[in-house]
Amino acid sequence: MTGYILKRLLSAVPVLLGITVIVFLIMAMIPGDPALAILGAYATPENVAKINRDLGLDAPLVARYFIWLGNMLTGDFGTSFSLNRPVIDEVLDRFSATLLLAGTSFVLCSVLGIAAGVISAAKQYGWADKGITFAVLLGISIPSFFLGMMMILIFAVELRWFPVSGMKMAYGGGGFADVANHLVMPAFALAVVATGVVARLSRSAMLEVLRQDFIRTARAKGVREGRVVWGHALRAAMVSIIPVLGIQAGFVLSGAVYIEMVFQWPGVGRMLVDAILKRDILLVQGGVVFVAACYVLFNIAVDVAQSLLDPRIKT
Amino acid sequence: MKQGILNWTRRGVLGAGTALGLAMSLGLAGQAGAQTPPGVLIVGQIAEPKALDPAAVTAVNDFRILMNVYDGLVRYKSGTLEVEPALAESWEISEDGTTYTFKLREGVSFHDGSAFDAEAVKFNFDRMLKEDHPYHDTGPFPLAFFFSSVEEVTVVDPLTVEFQLNAPYAPFLSNLAYPTGLIVSPSAVEEYGADYDRHPSGTGPFTFAEWESNTHVILNANADYWDGAPELETVVFRPITDANTRTAEMLAGGIDLMVEVPPVALSEFEGDDFTVVEQAGPHVWFLILNAKEGPFAEKAVRQAANYAVNKTALVENVLEGTADVAAGPTPPAFAWAYNESLEPYPYDPEKAKELLAEAGMEAPEVTFYVTEGGSGMLDPVAMGTAIQADLEAVGFDVTIETYEWNTFLGEVNPGLEGKADMAEMAWMTNDPDTLPYLALRTDAWPDKGGFNSGYYSNPEVDELLEKARVSTSQEERASLYQEMQAIVQEDAPWVFVANWKQNAVTSSAVEDFALEPSFFLLLKDVVKN
Repeated sequence: MTGYILKRLLSAVPVLLGITVIVFLIMAMIPGDPALAILGAYATPENVAKINRDLGLDAPLVARYFIWLGNMLTGDFGTSFSLNRPVIDEVLDRFSATLLLAGTSFVLCSVLGIAAGVISAAKQYGWADKGITFAVLLGISIPSFFLGMMMILIFAVELRWFPVSGMKMAYGGGGFADVANHLVMPAFALAVVATGVVARLSRSAMLEVLRQDFIRTARAKGVREGRVVWGHALRAAMVSIIPVLGIQAGFVLSGAVYIEMVFQWPGVGRMLVDAILKRDILLVQGGVVFVAACYVLFNIAVDVAQSLLDPRIKT
Repeated sequence: MKQGILNWTRRGVLGAGTALGLAMSLGLAGQAGAQTPPGVLIVGQIAEPKALDPAAVTAVNDFRILMNVYDGLVRYKSGTLEVEPALAESWEISEDGTTYTFKLREGVSFHDGSAFDAEAVKFNFDRMLKEDHPYHDTGPFPLAFFFSSVEEVTVVDPLTVEFQLNAPYAPFLSNLAYPTGLIVSPSAVEEYGADYDRHPSGTGPFTFAEWESNTHVILNANADYWDGAPELETVVFRPITDANTRTAEMLAGGIDLMVEVPPVALSEFEGDDFTVVEQAGPHVWFLILNAKEGPFAEKAVRQAANYAVNKTALVENVLEGTADVAAGPTPPAFAWAYNESLEPYPYDPEKAKELLAEAGMEAPEVTFYVTEGGSGMLDPVAMGTAIQADLEAVGFDVTIETYEWNTFLGEVNPGLEGKADMAEMAWMTNDPDTLPYLALRTDAWPDKGGFNSGYYSNPEVDELLEKARVSTSQEERASLYQEMQAIVQEDAPWVFVANWKQNAVTSSAVEDFALEPSFFLLLKDVVKN
């Protein structure tokens, strides 16, 4: 197992290097440069040249790439010019906010999605199944940013149950209850689509397992139906559900970009959108590489978990 | 068999009910907190500030915080764009217009306790302008060129400071009133170095308390402020980049004051719970016409475009009344320099058709650069489409090309030659000199480092602008600018479209709030109940 994990980690190195090249080239190729974003209408060629010199953007492309890569390997991600602060500080701050949001959504979509899928499969063609199938279709079809805006209108502006946006109150907030209160709407809005997908796939995985012989045997032996469904069948179905959860984790992480914009959640997605618009090259590059690294590691973790669950997967 | 699932469902229902109840009670707790406390003003900003060092920033969003923490030597008189004394009590200008001597206010100290004096003023400008200054590396200072005419700052005595300019430069005083001229505490810069921008110390009505990234910047009242203590105890600036979310926060009571209300959201704030404040500012929205080649090389065709565009419909329908129709290149907010006798080109499609026919133009083809957004650009896509329709109605054949803002600047600033005939543009400036000097002179063509992307050239205009820049008499400058405006309007190098009115909304708990023509946000006299 250790060998397998090591092998997977090693194989991640070229992937990450590839990502650094791609993100670097994209940022170098998109038109408009940081000096324009800083100076706006005052961007005379002279002023632009001065800013480029200040930002170290006057060096040749290849040299800039290797300087950046070399610095990053020593843990120096550079300084964001639009925020005047070290990229790594900003990314870590923002990533922890994203993790809180995406993590909560992930738990919500896993628990609700699997539960709905299992109930749906166990009561195939019953009213619960029909209700859940309909709700799932609805959930998958609503774009999350639209759902988010509607939730703000109804639950924040009209009913005033929850705050509109942010992660804590602007003044005198920050306690656990305050953050939890701010988390409810964005976490739910972000979880809806993923819940639908998980529910659908859990349902079909469960239906397949429930038709198998060992389930009939269990029932014949008189095991209670609850135990058959939630014990025997679900455990067997988990093997096909877990990879879906892995994909959904990625989906939730990327979906967080829209949700963070709508709810002004101070996460890494909103950070990247702002940074791209401002051509904050180092912040975009550092942010993307960091998120990609986390995503790659997470995928390795999912694969490892799966191989632990399913002895048929050779390590 | 069904028993198991029913059991679970019952438990599930109970669990869900508990969760919902918990969430609702949390929600109710939040609702109680949504009423912001008296004396505390929460401002919905459009973005996270970059830095709280006035020499290092360029965005109006950052200026809104800085103007409350710092003072400059001079400031704009309330409600105008004319300078009045601030940290300098008085000043003298030498006859040749190159030496400015300021008498400083006595007994003023920075928030960190150090004294404000002539040495502090010298430190500020040397830091920005001299590459060998020990704290020049606390930059970069992108707008330092505002003071590029300053040759030397000399301390005459502790309360007298002298600026030596390399040539007469009339906008100098109004540049000093701009945020780039705000005075920071030298001892705080010495203490924090490159981190100064997160530990700001000025002489202004509010002192810096806390900056939590992406959450808030908090300022507290400076009880010892030289111009009288502010009414508020605390100001909280909250960045909310999404305009819809900012509107929702205002409606829900999460913020007390919101700037830059989207035109379509204004109707939400009718009624007694909110007050909408408007103020015209030094902004002009125009179309650059390519006077070097293509149909707009002919003056009559440029005038035809001015007659063809229905500006009233644009400001009333597309911009929902958040702008006025522009008459010429200078916004009326520069009251002292504005030519009152100018009337906007009327909407007259027949006249436009006549002019086109006289010029012998049969369906002239026009490539039109439109931006998707950008500073001061208002609603550029909708405006571009409406303008396209107006021009086509009189016989132009208009093709729109749309670009994201930074890309757009990269295309437009180097000049339109060989690419386009027309481009949207907007400027906000602090002196009537800036825009025409940088965008209408022959010496401001893109290849000479200026912003005259449409290659307009009129020696008369060049002369007027050069003269106005070196004159030290405001009256003389005013008459030169007024003459320039009349000529430029007649020559029509641009289609003059709109002057934006900045807006803000306050909740009913906020009193004595007003917007300034400078677009700065001054909170010293605001009351929050």
